[in-house]
Parts: sequence; C-alpha cells; structure tokens
Amino acid sequence: MGKMGEVSERYKSGVMPYAKMGYWEADYVPKDTDVLALFRITPQDGVDPIEAAAAVAGESSTATWTVVWTDRLTACENYRAKAYRVDPVPGQPGSYFAYIAYDLDLFEEGSIANLTASIIGNVFGFKPLKALRLEDMRIPVAYVKTFQGPATGIVVERERLDKFGRPLLGATVKPKLGLSGKNYGRVVYEALKGGLDFVKDDENINSQPFMHWRERFLYCMEAVNKAQAETGEVKGHYLNVTAATMEDMYERAELAKELGSCIVMIDLVIGYTAIQSMAKWARKHDMIVHLHRAGHSTYTRQKQHGVSFRVISKWMRLAGVDHIHAGTIVGKLEGDPNMVQGYYNILREQRNPVDLQRGVFFEQDWAGLRKVMPVASGGIHAGQMHQLIHYLGEDVVLQFGGGTIGHPMGIQAGATANRVALEAMILARNEGRDIWNEGPQILEAAARWCKPLQAALTTWKDVTFDYASTDTADFVATATAA
Amino acid sequence: MRLTQGTFSFLPELTEAQIRAQVEYALAQGWAVSIEYTDDPHPRNTYWEMYGNPLFDLRDAAGIMQEITACRATFPGSYIKVNAFDSTRGWEAMRLSFLVNRPPQECEFVLERQEIDGRRLRYTTRREPARTR
Repeated sequence: MGKMGEVSERYKSGVMPYAKMGYWEADYVPKDTDVLALFRITPQDGVDPIEAAAAVAGESSTATWTVVWTDRLTACENYRAKAYRVDPVPGQPGSYFAYIAYDLDLFEEGSIANLTASIIGNVFGFKPLKALRLEDMRIPVAYVKTFQGPATGIVVERERLDKFGRPLLGATVKPKLGLSGKNYGRVVYEALKGGLDFVKDDENINSQPFMHWRERFLYCMEAVNKAQAETGEVKGHYLNVTAATMEDMYERAELAKELGSCIVMIDLVIGYTAIQSMAKWARKHDMIVHLHRAGHSTYTRQKQHGVSFRVISKWMRLAGVDHIHAGTIVGKLEGDPNMVQGYYNILREQRNPVDLQRGVFFEQDWAGLRKVMPVASGGIHAGQMHQLIHYLGEDVVLQFGGGTIGHPMGIQAGATANRVALEAMILARNEGRDIWNEGPQILEAAARWCKPLQAALTTWKDVTFDYASTDTADFVATATAA
Repeated sequence: MRLTQGTFSFLPELTEAQIRAQVEYALAQGWAVSIEYTDDPHPRNTYWEMYGNPLFDLRDAAGIMQEITACRATFPGSYIKVNAFDSTRGWEAMRLSFLVNRPPQECEFVLERQEIDGRRLRYTTRREPARTR
C-alpha cells in the first residue's frame, strides 16, 4: 500500500472487505512484544473464514464497518490488529482457529479492563459470525511486567502459613445461606480444630438479613483464633468482602485486617477493575486474596462461544489474585482432565510451553510474576485423595465442604478424615508408591487406625460424577474423569 | 495438646524408616535438608534454632539420619523438625517440613482476648507457661 494511487483507492468512501482493509496479513511475523489471541470462529454460511478472521481482528482493534478517512491522520497500520493464520478446527467442520496479533501500544499498562475491552469488547456480537470463542492469549513479557500479579503468591502464602509439602485443606460452610453469625462461626471452629487449614465463605454470602457481614467477621475470627491456639497451627477463614460498591468492599476488608485475618475473598462477578483494586489493597496490607469464579460458566463452558477458562486464568494471574477456583476433575463441576491441568499449569508455572493436548496454544513467559494457588472445590471427598493428588499435584487447596460438614461423626471428624487421608497419601507418594493404583489400599490402611476416615470412606465410597465434558481439547481423544 | 504443625502431624509418629524415606525423597528432588529445634513452637515463631547450616552438600540419607539422631540426643525435650529447601528459581523456599521429635509433655497455648470497641477483640496466642526460647 505504498503508492499514492493505491492509498487513495483504499480510502475511498464505502464498504470493503476487512481482509482488504489490512486486517489480514498472511506473511505477518508476530513481534515479541505483540499481544496474541487465538479465536475459534464459526462464520455464517457463505462467509469466507479468512474474511471472518480479518473482521474479528478489525472489530477487536481499530475498524468500523466502513472506510473512514480519519485513519489517514494516524499510523493506522500499526494500530490494526492483524489476523495472520487461519486453520480448520480438527473434527469440527465450519469452525476455524484464527490467530491475531495486536501491537502493544493498543493497550493501557496494567489494565485488564482495557485489554478485555478490545479483545472481547464488541466483537462477540458481530453478525457475520455464528459463534466466537477466545481460546488462548499470549501476553508479551513487556506487558506482563506492567501488572502487579498475585498479591502474595504460592511461595509466600506457604511461608506465612508455615505449611509445606502438601495441598492445603479447606471447606465451605454449609448450608451456604441462612445460618446466623454465631452458628456459622461454630462450623468454622469445628472444621479448623479438626484439621483443616482454611474455611471459606461461599460466593453468595455477603451481608444478608440472616447474617450481616460484621457479625460474620467477628464470629469467624473468634473461631479462627481459638482453633489456632488449640492446635498451634496457623488457620484462616476466607472472609468474603464482595459488596455493592468498592467503598463497601474496602470497609469490609479493613475490618478483616483489623481482626487479624490473613485472607480476604472476592467473587469474579465484582469485575476486573474491582479485582485489581482488591489485589493492590491486599499487597499493601499483606493479605491473601481468594477469588471465587462465580459466574464464569456462563461464558467458559461451551466450546463454540465465549471465553475459555484458560484465558480467565491468565487475566486473573495478571490481575493479582492469590487463589482461584480452577476445577477438580473428579468432582461435581465441569472439567476435562487435560483442560483443567492446562489451567493449573497457567496459574502455577513460570513458563508455559505450547501444549495443544491441554488447550495451550501459545508459549507464555510469566517473567517472575508470582504463582496463583488453584482451588479444587465442589463434590470431592476423602476417598478420591489419590486421584486429586495425581491430577492436581500438591500446590492446590482441596476444599471438602459437604465432605467435611456432612461427615456422620461430626464436623471435626470430617476434617480429621480429610487431613489424615491427605497426609497418608503424600507420605506414600514421597515413599515412591504408585498412588494412582494403590490409593484405595493406602486409604484403607490409614482408616484402620483412624475411625473418622473409615466412616468417610464408607459414607461416600460410591459417589462419583462421571459425565462427559463439554469443553475438551481438539487435538487428541480425551479421557474422562476416572 | 498435640501440635499439628508440619506435613505429617496427623499421622502416628514416623518410624526411622519412614523418616529416612522422606529424606531420600527430598534428596532425589535435589533439595537441601536442614534440621531445626525449639522449645517455643508458637505458630508465629518463624525462626527455630538451626541445628547447624542446611546440609547442602550432604546427599546421603544415612548421614542426615545421623544428624537427626544427634539433634535428638542433644535436645530430647524439644520440638525438632526436618526441612527440605528447594533453591530453584521461582521456589527458593521450603518444600517439605515435618516434625521428628516432640517433648514428653507437649506445650499448651492460651488465647487471650482484649475487648475493644464495637464488639471487636484483639487476640493474642500465648505459650502456657510462658518460656523465652
């Protein structure tokens, strides 16, 4: 487009294909500083996939539907996102993987809101596409370094808690709604004294008529401190500070801090900016931030349309949370083993290689950004301990809510059962035993001297949630949860 | 009270063979083993006394077991823990830490509550009876 004649042709008023407007460059070589995105696009019938990819690049960067002369007042080629590769999705006729590169200067430093306003802003409603899904992103190191990242991170969290070499154990108070503050704190105390490290508010526990937030905070911290003194071990309760406004959230977080809590909790539904604000607050006040991914399945679960959870994981690591619910594989909620391991790797590793089997399309260098502790929660119990450790490793919070509070011998016994199962399995794994195959025997052996574990194994031995996953990798035949 | 710090405190006391297996695991990961002891296992007592420097160059489980035995002989009435330290980039931290000795009578903590305004409390966990180490 160097010659004057070609330039004037390009900027003639009217409509022209996005591919011709400069949003498709088949020979483009992405720069190290480019933000890269991989979209799964499903064009309407008759729409050329390359034109569709160019349109996505256009609509997620500078374009509008028609030619504008004001482009010529800018270095517009620089600001145009460029689709540079389109591949058919294996086994999915009509769908394509479109690779798009964005110049770093399209984005404000350290702002998830700005990044996402471009990448998932208008484009998901674009009519020429039947469906669109953001599968993965590569955040260049130059951009990574503008983000704070996790307020605390796995390493420092473990040092503060003085807990090493094993997954952490948690539970969500049940019933999630309706308990008074005093009764709620009872559950917290019993579970912590019995052997859990953390207890947790649920995502929808904020400040309701049955229990206002101050009431909950005061009783929970009594429970935490009492359990700590009786075990000699650091304990915590994720106090959910989610509220209607930032002012309310700061007020609640301040009380949590004053009462000596080591951790606060927020929900994904508060939004990216609020999450970043709380992460900064937490870094300033030496607190851990637990993020519950409330709402994510509305856009992460379906393969054809939405945003993959691996992208949400990347955004949340940048945004600065310390914990994030990332799937259990074996529990009650959606989660193909390969996909979930992909999220865990993104949260915990310093560098992610391309790993198509786990849905990871780009190499990602995290440049010293701290690691996020994934949380496995929802329909898991002590009898699955070997499977959980096999799939998820040891840097994870395993949350047994029903599996603690629903124990036939009581909450303390439920907590003890989980802790004994966990320690016995880690001991055995470190001794070199094959826990995947010998797990049930290892648990049975521990249950011979630990009655609570025996009761847990008997109560839940047949509980599994073995359903086909809706979100799976496209590059291999996938296994379902065992 | 049974102090439940450390990776394996909910299990019966580890046998010598079990401790050795964990030490071998740590060495196989390339971690450095160290031994620490204290009479004050307050949950916020970060710095236990070091029984010598971390054994960076001792890659033999038998040698480490001798050190554990010697530490126990010297401080039979103390809490003793074995740590494994990982110096690789991105960790540079403890990866395993478990108790290998407890005093005949375990320590107790009491929770002190200072009542302040707005129903709030300030909590202090205190060793009972208080000791200084």
